Amino acid sequence: MSATEKIYFYPVWLRIWHGFNALGIIALIFTGISMQSSIESAQVVGFNMVVNIHNIAGVGVTLSYFVYFIGNMITPNGKYYIIKPQGFLKKPMKQAVYYAWGMFHGMKAPFPISEKRKFNPLQKYIYIIVMYMAVPIVIITGIALLFPEIIIEKVYTFSGVFVTAILHSSMGFFISIFLVIHIYIASIGKSPLENFKSIINGWHHVH
Amino acid sequence: MNPYYILDTVAMTAGVHKQFDCTDCHSSEYGSYPHLANLKLEPLSTCLDCHGGDESFAKYQFERIDEEFKKSVHYKVYGDNFSCSKCHSQHTYKATARTSDNVLEIVDYSNKMCLSCHNDMKKFKMVSGHDNPKLVQVHDWLPNQELHFQHVRCIECHTEVLDSLMVSHDILSKDKALRKCVECHSANSRLKASLYKYQNLQKRAENGDLNTVLANESYIIGTHQSPILKLASIVIFLLTLVGIVIHSVFRILKKK
Repeated sequence: MSATEKIYFYPVWLRIWHGFNALGIIALIFTGISMQSSIESAQVVGFNMVVNIHNIAGVGVTLSYFVYFIGNMITPNGKYYIIKPQGFLKKPMKQAVYYAWGMFHGMKAPFPISEKRKFNPLQKYIYIIVMYMAVPIVIITGIALLFPEIIIEKVYTFSGVFVTAILHSSMGFFISIFLVIHIYIASIGKSPLENFKSIINGWHHVH
Repeated sequence: MNPYYILDTVAMTAGVHKQFDCTDCHSSEYGSYPHLANLKLEPLSTCLDCHGGDESFAKYQFERIDEEFKKSVHYKVYGDNFSCSKCHSQHTYKATARTSDNVLEIVDYSNKMCLSCHNDMKKFKMVSGHDNPKLVQVHDWLPNQELHFQHVRCIECHTEVLDSLMVSHDILSKDKALRKCVECHSANSRLKASLYKYQNLQKRAENGDLNTVLANESYIIGTHQSPILKLASIVIFLLTLVGIVIHSVFRILKKK
């Protein structure tokens, strides 16, 4: 067995946030789908209850987002999200090619993680889009839908609530797709469970 | 002069009976002014006297409406004293639900009929003999009350909805009113059989093209108002799963 180096990648606050956020997002996805499709899930959990759970989970995830946002401002974790202009498109493309082709053809990971690089370029871009664009939009539209009287009545000829709701649910959907891919990609490692262990105990093995 | 005796002539010229002279319905003695006080006691025709049994009004189904109305709480409690005109002013009535393509306008017009008594202390007490319930408090359980009041009619929950009648007239007693969210908030929404059944609005309820999606004035959670987005989301989700399955198969084959 080759010598492995352990890096303490995930500090306690980040792991607690990640776990809390994961549970909240999962609750939001299931209640969101249930509300939207209104499959007579009423038999199991009533519509009012589903709406209540969605609202409470939404507030929880909003609060946890602030923990994440502030945490990234004041701890060194934020530096992993900085993008440099060199290879702006080339780098994530290279990573995508690795996932789609290279990893099956003996290619070495083009951007192995190290203390300086927690995320590969593709991962970094997607995290930035999800965490600094999709989630804030979902939070803002979610708060607006919680207090619909604050929404502007008309956007051109469209109802403000309608536009807000479509934005909220499509971003929510985008986050759900992210979650599925996120969980799948996490299984790519030395062993399928390795990354899942890391996010629980904080240590990442660099091989 | 008693303000209740003065007609809003502008509203009257916009109403469904605008082509009639006063004396078509009232005594010819109304031709002289000031009118004699005892004329107010003259017997007047009822709506069905003109509208009932006439082919040209058949599409309005006045007889069916009468049948349904006779089952309603209004008729059960007040009998024949509760005439059509208690809600539908014969002088100014407009068939908004048949002519308007704006949901909010239809809702507003319809709700004002109910509120003209149910939100008017004097009128309510005069007819019922007791104080009117405080509507906002009675509906306290309803989330986003104001939005509901603007976007759906009172009769959505307070009548027995009938597919075969434009507007259900069987107003239920309050203990029978609907309180189940999913009746409206579901793919098979009750609103499709009531508020959204009017032909002028029908397009919006059935068509899924982007134009009607965007032209929607109300958003109702759970009714799939945009089948295109629903389809797109299912396709994207399935493609994601297919991608993952293919990738996993390669990983297993290549032992990665």
